[in-house]
Amino acid sequence: MRIPDRVVRFLFKPIVFAASLGPLAWIVWAALTGNLSPNPLSDITNETGVWTLRFLCITLAITPLRIITGWNAAIRFRRMTGLFAFFYGTLHFLIYAIADRFAGLDFTNGMFTLATARNLAASVGEDIYKRPFITVGFTAWCTMLPLAFTSTAGMIRRLGGRRWNLLHRLVYLTATLGVVHYYWLVKADVRRPVTYGIVVGVLLAVRVVRAWQRSGTPSMAAARRAPAP
Amino acid sequence: MLIKPASDIRSSEITPRALYLNRREFIRATTGTAMAVAAGAIGGEAMLKAAPPAAHGRKLENIKKSPFSADEKPNTWDHITTYNNYYEFGTDKDSPAMLSRSFKTEPWSVVVDGECNKKATWNLEDILKGQTLEDRIYRHRCVEAWSMVIPWVGFPLADFIKKCEPTGKAKYVEFTTLYDPKQMPGVRQPVLRWPYVEGLRLDEAMHPLTILTVGLYGEVVPPQNGAPLRLAVPWKYGFKHIKSIVKIKFTEKQPLNTWQESAPQEYGFYSNVNPTVDHPRWSQATERRIGEFLRRKTLMFNGYGDQVASMYAGMDLKKNY
Repeated sequence: MRIPDRVVRFLFKPIVFAASLGPLAWIVWAALTGNLSPNPLSDITNETGVWTLRFLCITLAITPLRIITGWNAAIRFRRMTGLFAFFYGTLHFLIYAIADRFAGLDFTNGMFTLATARNLAASVGEDIYKRPFITVGFTAWCTMLPLAFTSTAGMIRRLGGRRWNLLHRLVYLTATLGVVHYYWLVKADVRRPVTYGIVVGVLLAVRVVRAWQRSGTPSMAAARRAPAP
Repeated sequence: MLIKPASDIRSSEITPRALYLNRREFIRATTGTAMAVAAGAIGGEAMLKAAPPAAHGRKLENIKKSPFSADEKPNTWDHITTYNNYYEFGTDKDSPAMLSRSFKTEPWSVVVDGECNKKATWNLEDILKGQTLEDRIYRHRCVEAWSMVIPWVGFPLADFIKKCEPTGKAKYVEFTTLYDPKQMPGVRQPVLRWPYVEGLRLDEAMHPLTILTVGLYGEVVPPQNGAPLRLAVPWKYGFKHIKSIVKIKFTEKQPLNTWQESAPQEYGFYSNVNPTVDHPRWSQATERRIGEFLRRKTLMFNGYGDQVASMYAGMDLKKNY
């Protein structure tokens, strides 16, 4: 499939970008029109969390998509979907900090004071330390930080393709921790987190199988290692 | 002359072409499946849409006010009838509102069994015959750290228990929810073990705050809130408030309630609201009152300590959570 570079850059990319903002627009619209449940903060927290996981799945699905369809231009969308995973993950974390932690603080000296900022940091820190599912979720978000930071062309050049690729395998950990975070959060109905677990599992298994396939194929390297007669 | 290096790869080590192609096929098949499942998971969940509140039902008559009512502003009908944990109708908060609309509550009967003199099957009308109904505005605290104020209509469970004449052996009361896969889509999934079971110690069941609920806001209680007969024990977490009761059994041994069976390290038998005993996965110190932004401090026994604390004197409430 040959699609001209200009079409990808000026048509496809803006479309994917706008579509990726869709979930946020949808949440905001639902909140403004009263289409959230009576516990809207919980809905917004859950929705942004689930969309983080969805964008991670989409990002991880790009390599398999290339394998199946041979459409290598798909890789040109990977940075964008990965950054959207980071975007929704960051929203998720901020909303949790506000709705779950900030809203539970004591405001003895007023709401917007230095003491409030300190208490909020302490409250978030304590929660991350105390509750395994928060620890895992926060760790998952942290693993996205270096990936977002090194997502620019300049950083790829500076790191070199090989090292950059190695670093960005961290996303396998992000997705796995994301699923564990979701699984530990639900009370009894684990069907959704298990579905995400299967999706992430298969997407990662593709990488394992591919590595196995490559190692099983007689490579040029092996041929080069052949002793001279 | 062409000098060809001798290969150190034995022909047996070279992957046969057929097998090599199989791997390709395998990768294609697995990735194809992954994409399909991913698409399903990504598109399959419910879109954000507020559930419609319950239709208004028949007005209940001759309701007495009660000194046990909380002096707090109740949540709205919409809040109370669209935000429900009733897993028999699905595990999302809005599923009960959407999936219980055609739930049949007439006729309704309740089996009374176990350690009592009057084992019988009661029609709901007979249970209510001559029974004064009361408005009971109760604080309702869910184990998930949200709360509401709910204007129930009901009557003391003690009134009914007396009619059943429990024997000296009766130490506990076990309640069972209807199990009807035809009407309750949630029970087709083994999320919990069905039917749902809850229990109280006999003194808890006889406590004047403990009521059997038949109404909400002066009307017949809607299906998503446990029609036609549900329990309210306001100093305990919401899951103790068993819904759509079809059986009441007096027992000598402590009943195994469904959530305790499902996750014993997280949910106990007593399940008294207690801000000092955290759920292993989240804090119980604060709660979000539905409709409010700032979280409230959770009160010991949900603020009913003056009436109920004496029942637990000398008990280790950290162990008996």
